[in-house]
Amino acid sequence: MLDKEVVYEATLDHDFLDEIYSLPGGQEIKKCIQCGTCSGSCPQGAVMDHAPRKIFSLIRAGFRNEVLESNTIWLCSSCYSCSVRCPKEIKITDVMYALKRLAIKEGKAKRGRKASILSKNFVRLVNKYGRNHETELMTRYIVQAELFNALNFVPQGMKLFTNGRLPLFPHKIKNIEQLRKILKKVDELGGI
Amino acid sequence: MKYTYYPGCSVKATANLYQESIDSIAPALGLELEELEDWNCCGATAYMSVKELMSFAISARNLALAERFHRDVVTPCSACYLVLNKTNHYFADYPDMRKKLGQALEAGGLSYSGNIKVRHILDVVVNDVGVEKISTLVKKKLTGLKVAPFYGCQIVRPEEGFDDPDEPESMDRLIEALGATSVEYSMKTKCCGASLMGTEEKLALKLCRTILAEAERSGAHCIITLCPLCQMNLDVYQFKVNNMFKTKFNLPVMYFTQLIGLALGMPARDLGLNRLAVKISGQNKSIIEGA
Repeated sequence: MLDKEVVYEATLDHDFLDEIYSLPGGQEIKKCIQCGTCSGSCPQGAVMDHAPRKIFSLIRAGFRNEVLESNTIWLCSSCYSCSVRCPKEIKITDVMYALKRLAIKEGKAKRGRKASILSKNFVRLVNKYGRNHETELMTRYIVQAELFNALNFVPQGMKLFTNGRLPLFPHKIKNIEQLRKILKKVDELGGI
Repeated sequence: MKYTYYPGCSVKATANLYQESIDSIAPALGLELEELEDWNCCGATAYMSVKELMSFAISARNLALAERFHRDVVTPCSACYLVLNKTNHYFADYPDMRKKLGQALEAGGLSYSGNIKVRHILDVVVNDVGVEKISTLVKKKLTGLKVAPFYGCQIVRPEEGFDDPDEPESMDRLIEALGATSVEYSMKTKCCGASLMGTEEKLALKLCRTILAEAERSGAHCIITLCPLCQMNLDVYQFKVNNMFKTKFNLPVMYFTQLIGLALGMPARDLGLNRLAVKISGQNKSIIEGA
């Protein structure tokens, strides 16, 4: 413990908390009483760098890098168990989404490299077709994130294929132009 | 009973067996599901991880398209159910978000007032059709069949959900109405790993192993679920759980709609049961299909 690096006040980022406050529902994290119900409910809590309770404490103290570079935010599978149990009704899962977006934006998603590649390709496909195309999504993901591990994905792909559950062609919605106009407008309105 | 049907992307692809069983049982249950024309992806969990407002906007396009029919929207997918409901919540609770979403929809020639109710098909089957009615439609009672209902996470989590977040009982009641026995086990609302199966496979397999182990320990002959991702992880990846943990699970993981179809006396093929990765075979076959 003694040789653990001490974090000085000057290295902390007090704007971090304000950024989280500015999100819809973000002010709620002021109410956190550090009860630990979230960490105890989290199916991935045991393998996270910092379980959710600690993440909230770190956010409030201004440990920007420790939070954004942690594996925690990428191991959240959006099961919302913490959110429904939180006695202070903090939208914990939604805060995790916000942290994912911030980490991607600031290039701090190293620990979430694979998950962010998967998510970015998902967004690209939905913007292109209006719908997800699971076959293309996984192909793109494997090429970009798991090329040397590609064989690992073959058996489950074959199980889906032989049971007629793997469509080869995407479905494009008819009014994709309408969707694009909506997305363009959001882009103009700003925000992430 | 007529509803606007929002299938979601998975049901049109890797979960086509879910759709096949819904198509088969809906007329028998008196459900008219009219598919929302030209619907788009709800955004799921992945879109929200990259872009927030865009994610809500694409989700809201579906609600705006559905509004002119003045009917409840019904979806069979837990992720679609949660995301569409969440969009409604943010639309109602955050005026700034509502304004921006309104402007975005307007750019596409659409508008949304926030009044469309989004429901899961399990809610509709159990509460609108009703388990009492379903029990009168049963042609082949599933006597002796022990079923582990797996709810997963997202269906029971929305704030105004139709069932308890920790102790749901909709599927348990349904199982009993079909003449089968619903087993007690501790994992019914736990996480299957969801999309972590793609990115953190070992971690997700571990979660699936616990669910399968508890279901088996409770004496279940099969698991039923209501979410395309839960079904995929527990069914298609079951062989990987077995490889990794040296287990010998052989538990068919069906959609609850397939189980209803069996009790209504429908042929397995019409219910997409031939598409399960873990086949109903051997002793299971005689119990499930002979029940």
